[in-house]
Amino acid sequence: MAVASTGAATNGRPTVTRPSELVRFATAGSVDDGKSTLIGRLLYDTKSIFEDQLEQVERTSLQRGDGYVNLALLTDGLRAEREQGITIDVAYRYFHTPRRKFIIADTPGHPQYTRNMVTGASTADLALILVDARKGVLEQSRRHAFIASLLRIPHLVVCVNKMDLVDFDREVFDRICADFSGWAAKLDVSDLTFIPISALHGDNVAGRSDRMPWYDGPSLLYHLEHVHVASDRNLVDARFPVQWVVRPMSDDHHDYRGYAGEVASGVFRVGDEVVVLPSGIETRIAGIDTYEGPLEEAFPPLSVVLRLEDDIDVSRGDMISRPHNRPTEVRDVEAMVCWMSERPLQPAGRYRIKHTTRTVLAKADQLRYRIDVNTLHRQEDAGDLSLNEIGRLRLRLSSPLFLDEYRRNRATGSFILIDESTNDTVGAGMVL
Amino acid sequence: MLRGDQMTYEIPHLRALESEAIHVVREVAAEVERGVLLFSGGKDSAVVLHLARKAFWPAALPFPVMHVDTGHNFPEVIEYRDRMVADLDARLIVASVQESIDSGRVVEENGPRSSRNRLQSVTLLDAIEEHGFRAAFGGARRDEERARAKERILSFRDDFGQWDPKRQRPELWNLYNGFVKPGEHVRVFPLSNWTELDVWQYVREERIDLPSIYFAHRREVFRRDGMLYATSDFVELIDGEEPFEESVRFRTVGDMSCTGAVRSTAATLEEVVAEIAATRITERGETRADDRISEAAMEDRKKEGYF
Repeated sequence: MAVASTGAATNGRPTVTRPSELVRFATAGSVDDGKSTLIGRLLYDTKSIFEDQLEQVERTSLQRGDGYVNLALLTDGLRAEREQGITIDVAYRYFHTPRRKFIIADTPGHPQYTRNMVTGASTADLALILVDARKGVLEQSRRHAFIASLLRIPHLVVCVNKMDLVDFDREVFDRICADFSGWAAKLDVSDLTFIPISALHGDNVAGRSDRMPWYDGPSLLYHLEHVHVASDRNLVDARFPVQWVVRPMSDDHHDYRGYAGEVASGVFRVGDEVVVLPSGIETRIAGIDTYEGPLEEAFPPLSVVLRLEDDIDVSRGDMISRPHNRPTEVRDVEAMVCWMSERPLQPAGRYRIKHTTRTVLAKADQLRYRIDVNTLHRQEDAGDLSLNEIGRLRLRLSSPLFLDEYRRNRATGSFILIDESTNDTVGAGMVL
Repeated sequence: MLRGDQMTYEIPHLRALESEAIHVVREVAAEVERGVLLFSGGKDSAVVLHLARKAFWPAALPFPVMHVDTGHNFPEVIEYRDRMVADLDARLIVASVQESIDSGRVVEENGPRSSRNRLQSVTLLDAIEEHGFRAAFGGARRDEERARAKERILSFRDDFGQWDPKRQRPELWNLYNGFVKPGEHVRVFPLSNWTELDVWQYVREERIDLPSIYFAHRREVFRRDGMLYATSDFVELIDGEEPFEESVRFRTVGDMSCTGAVRSTAATLEEVVAEIAATRITERGETRADDRISEAAMEDRKKEGYF
């Protein structure tokens, strides 16, 4: 595809006219925190709400007797949610500014929805946590921060909301910042930002508020537009899980054999020495192909086709990396696992484990501890792992996987567990 | 890590969305046997077809293309469908709503406001069962409608083709779970994270061929419930409805009986993209009578097995 409005074939490189960048963020908070109102406000202030959507919200607000246009209604999805005034699932919202396109994974904040927040957080570049200025840092705020750090979301933004209800008091804000920072210090949070806002009135959401002159930081939208996310990707460890073998066997491409996949991390260049796992055979990259023509290099998250110099046997589930920088080959995995099913983790239970494009069998070998997501306390005699619980698990594998630590590589350090009988996705794992 | 004046390897959002969609298409093709691409001739399915072609290039599509034909099509769309299929050398399956009616599987609605839109679900599910399809690729987007905002990229359907919003599989990272049991199937939506504007910008950048009705043209229309509809053999006029000629284009492609036109003079891709970027009304709100029935119209139809 033409990469930018210049129309030049630039192989995905930055161009003179700066194209807009994709940023994914997850929001966490309960209905009471004003999370839906904040999202509604962001959508409204970036002119992402259409007139007919707004009319629908006005109509519903009137029917419900809200007494104002309830922007929170914009994000209600299903009938059960509207009737019960709750959110039961992750919802995805979209808006854009001239600089960026945003995908919001809107996740409910109740304790029983830990699995939804984990889901939304798994792809997020940034987590946005809401704290009610009147209530301060609650148990659930701490839980949200823990999950964001567990999932290695690179940027954490704490919005201290409802500042209008505490007279825009600087001391309230400072106290919450200090309190939250104290908790975050126990976690692994690399970039933490605090913004005092009023979602209902729009203070410090899209533009700077003049009601908090003591605050000299950016508005939320400015921060979202400028936070640097491109360098969060791992561009060091070259990893290419093979998804699909392309063999046209047509007259035009009689001997063509290419390996399709998405670059998980690192940079692959034509001529690079590579190793194919599990075979361990070394060869070089002969070409990087796409529909619009060959590339000189490929990097995450591009979907490309690699051709290799030697005619070797490569199939789906294989991993292409560099001879001197390989993932670890393991038959036993140590991981933090979030349980996502109503059927608890079975001791010695058998599951399918899907890691990149490779699926093998796994046996739950040992639950080392369960972690209390509110206190970080480790419960070592835990018998099982139930829905929404997180624990450290050792899994024994039927055949090897090629892994990296999750903290170093989100793409090759993550896996899902699939129940063999129901086919449900029951666990999300992060390799230690 | 590379930073500073070194290469930052940033990519534009359309390219990131494209890459994600190609990943999804390849992943499902690899994991789920017997796929099919649902092709309505609309812009979204045109983009899915384009992405599928890219995903397997230089090999051909590893699955056929299926059109659920209501019999109430815009002739321009059928002409476009046949052209695209011939161009790709793909195998086309046509599932006919008329045949479902003739065989007594469904009963045609009567009256001037009748539509075959809802009947399509039965035809679609019958065709999926008849051919034994386990995966059906479609062009639905989450920004279209609020029930869709909660739907997964891989959306599972039970033996009855039903969508159960409370029993969706969590989707983490880019790890999709494509395991299906006999009788079940999965709907796959590679454009889940695209907006209408993304689709149009992509169509413009990639110069994707579309049916002519997406561009402004003179057409005989009539006004109903504040919307403009094309006159055709499939729609009865109600007293007081007077046909007139207008310069219009269509924002969505559906059954002729329930797809409204918008007044427009945007005749080129550039003009259409500019118009979409400036519009203040959603495409479904502006042009789809089927979503006006109730607040939960889409949710209800999806539970019945709709696209």
